[in-house]
Amino acid sequence: MESLALQIFNGLSTGSILLLAALGLAFSFGLMKVINMAHGEFIMIGAYVTYFFQAFLAVPLRGAQGPKEGLVFLLSIGAAFLITGLVGFLLEMTLIRRLYGRPLDTLLATWGVGLILQQLARSYDSRNLPVTSPKWLVGAWMATPDLALPYKRLFIIALAVICVVLIYLFLYRTRNGRRIRAAMQGREMASCLGVATRRVDALTFALGAGLAGVAGSALTLIGQIGPQLGTTYIVDAFMVVVLGGVGSLPGTILASVLIGVFNSFLEMSTTATLGKVLVFVLIIAFLQWKPQGLVALRTRS
Amino acid sequence: MLVIDKLQVYYGESRILNEVDIQVPPGQVVCLMGRNGVGKTTLLKAIMGVLRSRGGSITYDNQNITRAPAHKRARAGIGYVPQGRGIFPYLTVKENMLMGLEALTARELKAGYDAIEEIYTTFPVLKAMEKRAAGTLSGGQQQQLALGRVLIRRPRLLLLDEPTEGIQPNIVEEIEALIISLGKRGDMAILLVEQFLDFAMNVADYCYVMEKGHIVAEGKREVLPEGRIREYLAV
Repeated sequence: MESLALQIFNGLSTGSILLLAALGLAFSFGLMKVINMAHGEFIMIGAYVTYFFQAFLAVPLRGAQGPKEGLVFLLSIGAAFLITGLVGFLLEMTLIRRLYGRPLDTLLATWGVGLILQQLARSYDSRNLPVTSPKWLVGAWMATPDLALPYKRLFIIALAVICVVLIYLFLYRTRNGRRIRAAMQGREMASCLGVATRRVDALTFALGAGLAGVAGSALTLIGQIGPQLGTTYIVDAFMVVVLGGVGSLPGTILASVLIGVFNSFLEMSTTATLGKVLVFVLIIAFLQWKPQGLVALRTRS
Repeated sequence: MLVIDKLQVYYGESRILNEVDIQVPPGQVVCLMGRNGVGKTTLLKAIMGVLRSRGGSITYDNQNITRAPAHKRARAGIGYVPQGRGIFPYLTVKENMLMGLEALTARELKAGYDAIEEIYTTFPVLKAMEKRAAGTLSGGQQQQLALGRVLIRRPRLLLLDEPTEGIQPNIVEEIEALIISLGKRGDMAILLVEQFLDFAMNVADYCYVMEKGHIVAEGKREVLPEGRIREYLAV
């Protein structure tokens, strides 16, 4: 019983990271019909930002477990968001908008960019790099005498919840958020009303990239980081977008939780490889039944 | 206000508009008529900037806007209600209205918010449905929303694509009265695409008839023989 609960809990925390990674993909596909193969590398960049913060700020000053290490870690999450967002913004400005309306070319070009970014990381250091978690995240909360929930994973879930709430407020309570939603539903009409849709694209893309950066930051808590970090998660993130239904925030949330939980549950009851295969089969079967995904947007017109 | 000179528009290799010349003076309702597929909607889209034109020129307010993108034209004061109304189905009615203020500068916003309240008195149903998703409205209500959304920023050139299509008769009458009163106000130029001859004759000051991407007849409403237009419109 306890191990089942633990698997579900682990699934939730993996799902949280998937969610942060998938939101950007869902945005850029929903708004611009762009499939961004470099999105996994945004995750990697976020993880490296956190690593650099620790290696070059925290360690030289006070050692990895110095007094302010927790603060540096929190700051590095914000920095990962900003820096990865900036990289995403530049990618959109220099490449993606020039390939607008050519989805296959965009797919290939962003894949190339992903490879370049991976090689950059590999040239810096080809080994996997460890990030030491802050002291206050070491340990576990004993939910019951036999069920230990690691603080790190609780933190990741909380981080994802905070991000989703902020995203929701941004999309539904600000003018820029309203522009993004309008452009998703009717790009041409939005521009006829005076919205500079290309600016909306760049903003949305940068936001999605920044969230992937946060996901990367969170990943440093779970394991070592390396140049291939993004490729591990990108496939699952794409599955989340497809399963959730394009352009739907609730669908994306539901799909990431489901895929996270099923992944960890099936991996426990079978093997890691077989678990992945089973998840994949389940998704394909589901999409045969509901090709629109979990939450389909419908209109009267 | 609007002068179109020898405009050419293509979809891929097929020519849709062939040297179209029309003029829309301020304070006038100009009606563009013709059968399905002769290029009326294409012309409106080209004026709005949704479609690129390959030849000729579009002059608005003495400025050549042939190459300007749609959002710049909107900010210059061109308003467009497309066929099918173009409301955002998952935004609420209020949010759709607020999108109508996107073309305004920060200083004009205040007047824009007041204009929303004015539109609510013209179309009370929009006020009642303010918080509903716009996609759940009926066709007529959506048309009122689309009209309200474009009018709150007081466009100086209004492009309307078949505003009466598929709408119940009492709302058609309301829209007819609205267009006539907008025309009488004198500060707005209106270009209306319409297939419904009686409606067009009630509101238009001047008519153009289009066939195969070209203007084949034009004239003031009073002098243009209705029978001849009917011939052009007959299928």
